Parts: sequence; structure tokens; C-alpha cells
Amino acid sequence: MTTTQNTKHTLSVLVENKPGVLARIAGLFSRRGFNIDSLAVGPTEHAEVSRMTIVVDVEGTPLEQVTKQLNKLVEVIKIVELDGSASVNRELLLVKVKADVEARGQVLDAVQLFRAKVVDVAPDAITIQAVGNADKLADLLRVLEPFGIRELVQSGMVAIGRGSRSISERTLRPVTIPAPPAAG
Amino acid sequence: MSEQMTGAQSLIRSLEAAGTTEIFGIPGGAILPAYDPLMDSSIRHILVRHEQGAGHAAQGYAAATGRVGVCMATSGPGATNLVTPIADAHMDSVPLVAVTGQVGAAMIGTDAFQEADIRGITMPITKHNFLVTDPAEIPRTVAEAFHIASTGRPGPVLVDVAKSALQAMTTYAWPTELNLPGYRPVTRPHSKQIREAARLILESRRPVLYVGGGVIRARAAQELRVLAELTGMPVVTTLMARGAFPDSHPQHLGMPGMHGTVAAVAGMQKSDLIISLGARFDDRVTGNLDSFAPGAKVIHADIDPAEIGKNRAVDVPIVGDCREVISDLVVALRAEIDAGHTGDYEAWVAFLAGIKQTYPLGYDKPADGSLSPQYVLERLGAIAGPEAVYAAGVGQHQMWAAQFVGYEHPNTWLNSGGLGTMGYAVPAAMGAKVGRPDATVWAIDGDGCFQMTNQELATCTINDIPIKVAIINNESLGMVRQWQSLFYNERYSNTDLHSKRVPDFVKLADAYGCVGLACESPDDVDATITKAMEIDDAPVVVDFRVHRDAMVWPMVAAGTSNDDIKYARDLAPKFDDDADVELRP
Repeated sequence: MTTTQNTKHTLSVLVENKPGVLARIAGLFSRRGFNIDSLAVGPTEHAEVSRMTIVVDVEGTPLEQVTKQLNKLVEVIKIVELDGSASVNRELLLVKVKADVEARGQVLDAVQLFRAKVVDVAPDAITIQAVGNADKLADLLRVLEPFGIRELVQSGMVAIGRGSRSISERTLRPVTIPAPPAAG
Repeated sequence: MSEQMTGAQSLIRSLEAAGTTEIFGIPGGAILPAYDPLMDSSIRHILVRHEQGAGHAAQGYAAATGRVGVCMATSGPGATNLVTPIADAHMDSVPLVAVTGQVGAAMIGTDAFQEADIRGITMPITKHNFLVTDPAEIPRTVAEAFHIASTGRPGPVLVDVAKSALQAMTTYAWPTELNLPGYRPVTRPHSKQIREAARLILESRRPVLYVGGGVIRARAAQELRVLAELTGMPVVTTLMARGAFPDSHPQHLGMPGMHGTVAAVAGMQKSDLIISLGARFDDRVTGNLDSFAPGAKVIHADIDPAEIGKNRAVDVPIVGDCREVISDLVVALRAEIDAGHTGDYEAWVAFLAGIKQTYPLGYDKPADGSLSPQYVLERLGAIAGPEAVYAAGVGQHQMWAAQFVGYEHPNTWLNSGGLGTMGYAVPAAMGAKVGRPDATVWAIDGDGCFQMTNQELATCTINDIPIKVAIINNESLGMVRQWQSLFYNERYSNTDLHSKRVPDFVKLADAYGCVGLACESPDDVDATITKAMEIDDAPVVVDFRVHRDAMVWPMVAAGTSNDDIKYARDLAPKFDDDADVELRP
């Protein structure tokens, strides 16, 4: 599931790939008092468009107001709310777990159980990469915690709708506005 | 058609191409290259004395004419001095383009001399902004800036141009189209929503047209009058909408809100249907939101979808340009009326007429014979007339000007409504006079406000911009003092400006090459205003030395319910019981 509580919503936001656009979005959330749970941004199949996946916690502010304010940003092209059941969402976790020779076997069991991967091994630690939704990663961490977590880093969530349709299909046809004729 | 030229020449050519005829600004290091081709341009540049003056002048120009106002400043402090007028234009939806110089592209981010990240600084207070480092981008950016500033919900757009881009050689080519995939304002209202709105209007028994500044920005005053007269619905005009509907019109209840008329406040509170046109349910209008107009359904029409439902839940949302919305409503309602479906508002109209008669706007004249500020503004409105343009500062004088001058036409009342910027009046009046040179333009200012931006009197004198300034001099920060009187046990902490002693406003006017007049007796008011009206070849400053304890009434104290409006100190009007009795459907 996308969200564990119903105050959380996942928005896919297509934006023009221009300098400062992340600052505009972050600033909007901050000054209007909207809560961001997670934000991930990256390129898309169109070079001029970036895609942000924003998980918002709308306790206190209606989702409608968040999307309307986002839509007012000139560089925001399209916003789609991705429903948990109709979309796939993933986060990436890299976690460094204490594992001496004795504990290593048990840690590796957990890695296998969660279909995670070992990406680095040191004499007294293992670095694990796991991909999944927030619940799965939380479960993995709970299992790993007793061994001792030395360091962890986690990406924001990225999400995509199921099925064959693309959210950028219809919007990215260039919409041009005739420039005003030169005066004088 | 393309030509080789410098980026600076391209910038000026682009501004001309976008229709700019006047710019208010001050040169400085980073913008210097642009000032050279400006000398050869068709654009009139008005050299102001402070960049804040440039920004407010461009706002006044835009508010009085409906055209885009343009201001220009250099990097760093020049640009940061524009921040207040830009924020002001953002709150009040004023079409404004601010052009600023930026340090050379290679220096950006190095804390160079006079560097400030003005694009970052103005992100929250502009509709959009640009940083241009490639000179080839200048024409397209200028075209986009003007398009964004003047369409949809108007607002300020900042174009920051690196000095290196101004100095480099480039090709000038005015774009044939703009590529703004994320900018598609909806102007045509949905016909289904219009039909639903018409149905609610005819079903309601206590409707009120809640008219905001959007009606003025959309140039929809004519259409509004047709709608009002077709249906007979009462009208209230917010502080931003004064002039959108004639004050002399019998259906007009006046201004709603914190210092609105009792009739306008009651007209909203007791309504069963609020038809909001280009208004945004600002806290100064609604008072405490939870108790605002509890029995009213809401039709909310605005070109900005984010305003709809932001503060008040809506029954019929209509996204669209106010002029189109109102025109469509007229068509829909006319069809219904022709088919015999009319609204029945008789009891409601009679009820409000009674309130209007019982609680008219008024004031007590001081017993000691000293000058009432309200009287000054009443006489100013009567003598200068509704064809004049009035720009006010912020505070008591602004409220009295909104209440007592009397407005008949849109774009004749300019003020800083949303941001509440003291110092707006003098430069805004200057800009309005530049935009409408044939109109009489009065700045109505407080003695506190006036001292924030009066340096622009020099600009007015030197550039032959003969505005008139009425200083309502109560020698204090009057509105703050009023709150201290009401809510802080008359402990007047830091509100006494001693402006009847220092400065001498008549001498100050004289020093700036203006005609300075003073008036402190009610007997001299008419003669003084008439004298000021007769002077056409210089700015005039009149020091109206008024009674300092006058207060703005009616008043809904901040955060309280509109039901608790006070007609005067300790005097609550009675409209509650009557409403229940007479208006039961």
C-alpha cells in the first residue's frame, strides 16, 4: 500500500526541467505549512521534463488546496495523485549492519528473506541494499535492528501507475501561446 | 526578423515590443548597460529617488490604467528595495514586471559586490520569476514575463538579467510563440456551473453580491451593474473593489469587513447566498471564519482555482474570468426571468434598507471645533469628484478614504489592501498620474505613511507629474493608536510621531518644489481643497491637521465575529432579532 494512514497521499508532479524548480516546490510547501513526508526527483522519458514523487501528509490541509497551489507554479505541468492500489511504489534503502563472523549468517538470512542484496562486506559489517515499499523496508529494519545498525540512508519514494497508460501522454504535446505582436 | 545587437539593446527592444511606454527605475552597476540604449528608446524612463518608489509607481500606473506597470533596478540593494512593492503587487494581483540587473554570470554565487539572489528572494512573492544569463533568451523571457503578469490572475513577474548577458552580443528576435506548458489559466466558466449558480440565485431569499478586486482587474464593472440591476440583489464592494459598483447606487450596501458598513456586514452575515465575484474571503472581510455568514450557501467565482474553497467551503465553484462569468450569469438569469422565474428578495432588500438607514456611515465632530479627518475626506470626495483618482496609504486615513470619498468608477481607488504597505500612496499616485495624465490624482496619506516615501515628491516636481497629496495629519500612527486606545488601556507605546511639530510639511513641500498648504479649521477645508485643485503646474501637498483621537467606525475587532460589529465605541447595532423575525422564509 502507498500509505499507512489515510492522511498521506502520493502525488506525481511533472515539472519543467529548469533551474530552481525544486526550490519553488520546497518553498511552496514550507510557506503554506504543507507537510512533505518524502520527495524524490529525477529525469523522465522527456529530456525537458522532470518528475517528482511527493508524499504529502494532508492532516490539516485539504489535498485539493495543496494541488491547486502546486498547479499555480508556472513550471508545474501536471499533477496526478497515484492511488496505492493502482500504482507501484518503491523506496531504496542502504543499511550498514554490524555483523561479525558469528552474526553474519543470521543477517544474511534476513537479507534473503526480504529479497534484499548485499552490496558491501567488511570484516565486522555488511551493507545491504533493499528495494520496496515503506512497510517492507520498515519490517526489514526491525529485523536488522538487534544486530546493530551503524548507518542507514533511504531514498524518497518513487511511484508509477499500473497498466499501459502514461501520465505524460497527453500533457506533453507542446502547448504554445502566440506571443503578443511586437508593439510599435 | 532578427538583428545583431547587445543583450542590453535586446532587453530595451523587447520591453518596447511588449508595449512598455514608461519605466520607473534607478540605474546602478549591474543594470548600467541597459540604461545606455534606454536613452535612444521610445520608452520614457522616470528616475525615482528610491526603488520602493519605482515599484509602487509601477503598481499605481497598473492599477489606474489596467496596463502592465514596469520598474527597473540594479542588483543587490536596488533589487531588494523592490521586494516590498513586489510583495504588495502579489497580494493585490497587480500586473507588474520588475527588471533587475544581476552580477555577471561567472560571479553569481560568489558573494560578489551588490549580489543578492533576488530570484530566490522573490520566489514566494512573485507569480513567476526568471534569471537570464544567456542573452539569446532575453526577448522570449520578456514576452513570457508580460504574458504571465497580465493574464489569468494578474501579478508581479521579476526578470533578473546578468550583467554579462547585457554586455554580450546576441541576436534579437521577438518570439512568435511562447512555450509555457504549465501555464494555462482558465477564463471561460463552465456552463453547468453557471446554470447551477443561476438556479441558486433565483431560489435564494437573501442573496448578496460580494464583489472583490477581481472585478476591477477583469474590467467587469459594466457587466456587474447589469447583473445587479437585472436581479435587484444587494451589492457589497470590498476594499479592493471600491469603485467597481457606484457608491451612489441604491443597491450598494458599501464595504464589508473590519471597518465596513453595518449594512454590508449584516448583508453578508444574514445572507442565505453569497455570490463571491473575484474576492477571496480575506480575514479582514470574514472576521472569525467559523461564525461568518453561517446560513449562507456560497457561489465562488475566481480566475484562480486555489482561492476557491481556500477559506470558506463552496457550494458552486466557478473558475473563470470575472467578466465572462458575470456575462454568462446575466444570460442564464435573463433566460430564467424571461421564462417567469424571478427571485423574491423584497423582504431582504427592505430589511437591509432599514439597517442602512438606521446605521449610516457617520462620525462625531470634535467638541472643541478641531478638524475631523472624516470631514476632510468627505469634502475632498465632494470637491475633487468621482472622476479623480485617489491613492491611499495604510491605516485610519485609508479606511476613512474608503468610507467617505465616494467612488463611482473602477480604477479610481488605489490602495495597498492585502499587504498593507505604509508609504504606498505618494509613489502610487505618481504612477497613476503618469498613466492617466489628464486625471486629477490625489494621494491620501497619513503623516506616518507620508514620511516613508515622500522623497518621490522630487521625482514628481522634476518630471512634471503634478499630483496632489492630502496628509491626514493626526501626528501619530493612528490605526495602531486606535488599537492601543481600545485594547491596550490607552497606553500609547511608540505611536506618537509629533508630526505637527516636526517636520513642517509645508516647508518640506516647498523644499521639494511643491506648493505646500496647511489647514486646521473646518471652515478652511473647502477653500484649501479648491485652491489645491486650481494648481496644475506643480505637485501640491496639503497638511490637514486633524483631531488625533478620531477613530474608525464601525469596527469588527480582529479575530471576533462579524456579529459583534460595533457601530461606535460600546455601541452594538441590533440586526440579529429583526433578521430572525422578518426573514423567516
